[in-house]
Amino acid sequence: MPKRPDINKVMVIGSGPIVIGQAAEFDYAGTQACASLREEGVSVVLVNSNPATIMTDPETADAVYIEPLTLPFLEQVIAKERPDGLLPSLGGQTGLNLAYQLAEAGILEKYDVELLGTPLDSIKKAEDRDLFKEMMKSIGQPVPESVVCENVEQARKFRDEIGYPLIIRPAYTLGGTGGGIAWNDEHLEQFVKSGLERSLIHQILLERYLNGWKEVEYEVMRDGNDTAITICNMENFDPMGVHTGDSIVVAPSQTLSDKEYQMLRTASLNIIRALGIEGGCNVQLSLDPNSSRYFVIEVNPRVSRSSALASKATGYPIARVSSKIAIGFNLDEIQNAVTKKTLACFEPALDYIVCKIPRWPFDKFGTSDRRVTTQMKATGEVMAIDRSFEGALMKALRSLEVGVTGLRAKGMSALTEMELEQKLRVPTDERLFVIFEALRRGLMVEEVFQITRIDRWFLRRIAKIVELEGRLRGKTIESLTPELLTQAREMGFHDAHIAELTGLDELEIRARRKGFGLVPAYKMVDTCAGEFEAATPYYYSCFERESE
Amino acid sequence: MNTMQARLILIDGTVYEGNSVGFAGTSSGEVVFNTSMTGYQEILTDPSYAGQLVALTYPLIGNYGVSARDVESSGPKVAGFIVREMSETPSNYASQGSGDDYLTENQIVGIQGIDVRALVLKLRDAGVMLGMITTQHDAPTGLQILKNLPEYDAGTYAREVSTQTAYFWADNARSETIPPRSAKPRVVVLDYGTKYNILRELLERGLEVVVLPCGATKDEIAAHKPDGIMLANGPGDPRSLEAEVEVIRQLMSENPKQPMFGICLGHQLLGRALGGETYKLKFGHRGANHPVKDLTTGKVHITSQNHGYALQADSLPQGVEVTHVNLNDNTVEGLRHLERPVFSVQYHPEASPGPKDNAYLFDRFAELVKAGK
Ligand SMILES: Nc1ncnc2c1ncn2[C@@H]1O[C@H](COP(=O)(O)OP(=O)(O)OP(=O)(O)O)[C@@H](O)[C@H]1O
Ligand SMILES: [Mg+2]
Repeated sequence: MPKRPDINKVMVIGSGPIVIGQAAEFDYAGTQACASLREEGVSVVLVNSNPATIMTDPETADAVYIEPLTLPFLEQVIAKERPDGLLPSLGGQTGLNLAYQLAEAGILEKYDVELLGTPLDSIKKAEDRDLFKEMMKSIGQPVPESVVCENVEQARKFRDEIGYPLIIRPAYTLGGTGGGIAWNDEHLEQFVKSGLERSLIHQILLERYLNGWKEVEYEVMRDGNDTAITICNMENFDPMGVHTGDSIVVAPSQTLSDKEYQMLRTASLNIIRALGIEGGCNVQLSLDPNSSRYFVIEVNPRVSRSSALASKATGYPIARVSSKIAIGFNLDEIQNAVTKKTLACFEPALDYIVCKIPRWPFDKFGTSDRRVTTQMKATGEVMAIDRSFEGALMKALRSLEVGVTGLRAKGMSALTEMELEQKLRVPTDERLFVIFEALRRGLMVEEVFQITRIDRWFLRRIAKIVELEGRLRGKTIESLTPELLTQAREMGFHDAHIAELTGLDELEIRARRKGFGLVPAYKMVDTCAGEFEAATPYYYSCFERESE
Repeated sequence: MNTMQARLILIDGTVYEGNSVGFAGTSSGEVVFNTSMTGYQEILTDPSYAGQLVALTYPLIGNYGVSARDVESSGPKVAGFIVREMSETPSNYASQGSGDDYLTENQIVGIQGIDVRALVLKLRDAGVMLGMITTQHDAPTGLQILKNLPEYDAGTYAREVSTQTAYFWADNARSETIPPRSAKPRVVVLDYGTKYNILRELLERGLEVVVLPCGATKDEIAAHKPDGIMLANGPGDPRSLEAEVEVIRQLMSENPKQPMFGICLGHQLLGRALGGETYKLKFGHRGANHPVKDLTTGKVHITSQNHGYALQADSLPQGVEVTHVNLNDNTVEGLRHLERPVFSVQYHPEASPGPKDNAYLFDRFAELVKAGK
């Protein structure tokens, strides 16, 4: 179906102030959505309380309201502007919750505003942990054993049945706010209380803790014609228990076979269909590393935090396409904005690896609790693209601006064996550096795996970096052969890093490298692994032969 | 790491220097690329890649190892394998070994460490061409050998990869004895290079599966009293298989009520049997992300594809309808006969690798078979 003629004015609610778990990604999504709607001649009314956003620039929307994001203020704007529709899925959890409340309070009906893209009912089904479980069961999707609790008593009863460890997950929150992992009664009381307090509807989910399982996400999209596609899948470096926002994440998944990839893909598409979402949706799943069993963890019936990553990782503008779908277009009526020849109806093929590393504020606050758990603490992230995992990881590490060229965080080498093991066991913002240090000290990959449960694939890649570090150490300039320098550069060792390891001068290394003709090439992110020519691609550097 | 040097030589004179992976030696074939991000073992063992050097665009291959579970035929069928990097350290509970060892054991010549994306852009712009992976020849010698090779299109790879004897597909394995018919409907699969997953999909739908060689005559087929015929996928130019096309023609004229379902090469052969023409695509469709529109329902599905030839839409006679088109380039992706229970698709509803979205076509076929019995 082409654009709906009855939708001429659309209201978009932003996500308010930047908070942990809801940062610039929703400004990115919202701004893209505004442009996408206006491109189709739709006039956009934007409400956001955060002045430091691109979406509140007067050029972004037709009418911008900088107002508190509360029902009374929103109702006033609606009364004045009388939009035809409200797009609830682009302003993060804030935008979605407000849209939900506007609908529940009868305000949308009163002013004849249609909720676009995501039906009210599916917001409920995805956000209410209990309804969600029911719906998953009704479409044959597995969810971990759990119970919905509204008081501590119910939680204790479930503990008696299942035992520890358990995870506490509040309903209608984001970034895992108020939740946590309970290994004993003390934890249980504490997290059940905080979870109930933080939940919009005073409800939590108490669930079996999936210890050591893989965490995988799918960004999926569906249109009004029931065409459903996958934009990107992502795999967490950390196993379950570290919030995706606090985990190193790679795209696409690295350790899943085709059978596993497709099984989770099919599950994600079945879910978006069952929810009846028209637009983007984020599905979080957990996969047993020792079988092909999986569980559905959570669904965000909207453009998510991961959508920004997925968009930039693939070249597929999720918010843009979601908005077009919301006003009536089908995927096969929307152009692929990168190739300009093919359509938005396809699944991006990556020919590179994307690595995201979170950035935490701990160094600013000198806080003692640097643990990362199910409640997100990161305030930002960096993403890097390369042709090898090592290259992408090292590039992302350099982007963090925490001064880690040599992959050594402060104080690591002074740790005792015991301290090191403890630091491996408990995920913190420093764990990646602890892993480096452990491998450097001769711990085997298998030992690190037993402690961290991080997939051996990732650990072996890190071990490769450590091994090359060892081979570079103390090298003279003459012994830096073309082969060694090629390998170092392909694995993401920067000249400065090699200089640090060898004690040589960085400029001297650079001159030698260039003398061998070893210079970076620039490749395109084109959504299709080179199958079609790209009109508006973007680039990443890598140590390959040919630049584009 | 295997540090033996290897080179990929293209017939246009381009040379890519890299390292050997798998078997050391020399192998030539048509160089093609596949954009799937997973499923390398299914690709390696897909008989449709016979005679081809397959380049994978995803740069990290072998991450989850290899497993007896993931084979699509008796073993690897590609002529050679081209990757950016073959993982030495696979990790997956199902893994039974590394990709490198798997290639070596099966004598598949491979190359890694080349700029695969540069190769892909070259093939995209110039079209697929002959090439050679070699650990033995220098570039001039290799090029000389290449120039004396016959064109890929002239090969009859389907006859080579097809089973040479009839077999029965039972419990996910080949059985040489074909039992007498049971109450279940029986499908004869004409094996032009079938993937096991086609057989698995049929079996799962309660059908008995008898697989016959590519060259089976209409009488040999009729002897099994099939309730339906499956025209399988396979390698090569459909124009090189005129005898097989003739058999399909005879089957159709003998029994107009016989349900028939073609996949990939099977679809092209069916199209030719109905009077259509086929042509070669510049660089084919190989990947797991191709959008196909079902014109009969208006629905769009993401499909798994692997083909270098296509049916010409305007060559199809009256009474035959194009049912599916590729949304990237509008090529024909499916057809049906308007009066008979005969239909086919160019893509791979059996997936493996790729999306499972099109299994409904097997349901459709199974229904026709059961209805006709
Ligand atoms: N059953 C479980 N076992 C182990 N870990 C779990 C389980 N359920 C959730 N987690 C962990 O908790 C994290 C947060 O859970 P969840 O995604 O439900 O929170 P959220 O507040 O909805 O977050 P989001 O910001 O993704 O919407 C997950 O990323 C996962 O690592
Ligand atoms: Mg989550």
